[in-house]
Amino acid sequence: MSQAIHDATEHLIRELAPQVLGSVIRRYRDFPAAEDAVQEALIAASIEWPRDGLPVNPRGWLIQVASRRMIDQLRSDIARRNRETAVAAETEQVAMPAYGDAACQDDTLILLFMCCHPALSQSSAIALTLRAVGGLTTAEIASAFLVPEATMAQRISRAKQSIGTSGVPFGLPTDLERAERLRAVLHVLYLIFNEGYTSSGGSQLQRTDLSTEAIRLTRALHQLLARDPEVAGLLALMLLTDARRDARSGPAGELIPLPQQDRGKWNRAQIAEGIALVSQALPQGAVGPYQLQAAIAAVHDEAARADDTDWPQILALYSVLERLSDNPLITLNRAIAVAMVHGPDAGLKLLHALDSDERLAGNHRLDATRAHLLEMAGDHPAAIEHYRTAAARTTNLAERNYLITQAARLRELP
Amino acid sequence: MKYMLMMNCPRNGYDTFGSWPQKDIQAHIGFMGELNKSLKESGQFVAAEGLADPKQAKLVRAGKDGQPVTDGVFPESKEFLAGFWIVDVDSPEQAYALAARVTTAPVPKDVGFQMWVEVRQVMSGPPTDL
Repeated sequence: MSQAIHDATEHLIRELAPQVLGSVIRRYRDFPAAEDAVQEALIAASIEWPRDGLPVNPRGWLIQVASRRMIDQLRSDIARRNRETAVAAETEQVAMPAYGDAACQDDTLILLFMCCHPALSQSSAIALTLRAVGGLTTAEIASAFLVPEATMAQRISRAKQSIGTSGVPFGLPTDLERAERLRAVLHVLYLIFNEGYTSSGGSQLQRTDLSTEAIRLTRALHQLLARDPEVAGLLALMLLTDARRDARSGPAGELIPLPQQDRGKWNRAQIAEGIALVSQALPQGAVGPYQLQAAIAAVHDEAARADDTDWPQILALYSVLERLSDNPLITLNRAIAVAMVHGPDAGLKLLHALDSDERLAGNHRLDATRAHLLEMAGDHPAAIEHYRTAAARTTNLAERNYLITQAARLRELP
Repeated sequence: MKYMLMMNCPRNGYDTFGSWPQKDIQAHIGFMGELNKSLKESGQFVAAEGLADPKQAKLVRAGKDGQPVTDGVFPESKEFLAGFWIVDVDSPEQAYALAARVTTAPVPKDVGFQMWVEVRQVMSGPPTDL
């Protein structure tokens, strides 16, 4: 089997996964069982299609195989009598779904809303989204999060059960709920992206690329909701951040901070796409946090050298962002921009105000930022101390190594 | 976020355990089995292992020729790792709750202490932009 055929099949299967699942749920009204059946159909397709060639109607093929699995499952179920009666009644009432594009696209959206339901824990929502909407196998998701496959299977199965028992109808949320539910979806996609942004452990080759998957899913969402500026903003943010991937770590996996990155390694095509997206979104007027973060990433990405960075503009953007959301991490970032524009003392003054914020208590980023600004101010002994405090508080190994190296570098300055 | 829960025991812990009445040993083992089962069912299990008697433990380092040089366990060690769990949870509080549950493992009535479990976060958190 050639790699190209295999990749094309894989791409098509993953694209169709949420649409097929939507159809099967509509028909049988049983989310957990439908999800299992579709997963089996996807696996069958990934074996049979590259071998036997693509079926004439791939979506229809998948729905048919999944439905057959579904019926087999229902037949062997202990409570078969009751459920068959229910299914028979449902099938009579529910018209066969039209496989037109609009209905299928709605299904993808409905599935995203279901999988990112606020009733689920974050880790469950992430796992379920990757499987039900992303079409990844449990083994792939488990390897991405470095947990045993059985653990991930259990997590997914519990998440499906809570959706099954929650009685959430398979339909789009009301207009009233919609904004809030969309925020939850965007947050889950953001978390998936963030988790994969730099692999934090394990072999990189083994690790399923979560950032790429998050971008793919957000792109699909953007195609469905092209006019939502925050969806565009999130996609832009991911592209503009991911564009720096190759420059972000050295050969031994060590972190390279933005000012020291080789900008020649940045992905120009992704930067151009991200900038275009955010430039179209911002003038629409509904400015939100993702658009602003994307705009900040764009300003960084537009600078040919670190010294060319338009810090006054970044500072202005952080000030708007800070007014939109009450998040001390934004203030922390604004302090860096303040230091770049008005000098390190002004930035340090702003950090002082954060010392009493309980949400940042024990957070290594406050120490890391303070260390950086103290170094800028020339107070090396204090900078060393805060680099070391930050190193003791981070839970990321590459970050810890970076921070203790900074402290060591300052200690050894003549 | 992943945590390692480390169950330590006193130096003579394994000998003491071996002298428990059969029903107490079985209750203890049964408790640990149930605990692992429920961690798997809740989707939090990453790994768990029990370690062999510290009498078999060796301290090892490379000698001048690179070959292992071994030594017995230092006699001043008071506590030994008896076993550990690695769990993947949503919050530190969940890890603490699991650790507390470990310490409720049944022991014979005349055992007058409750063990501590050391909870350490695994460095697997996602990095932040520096």
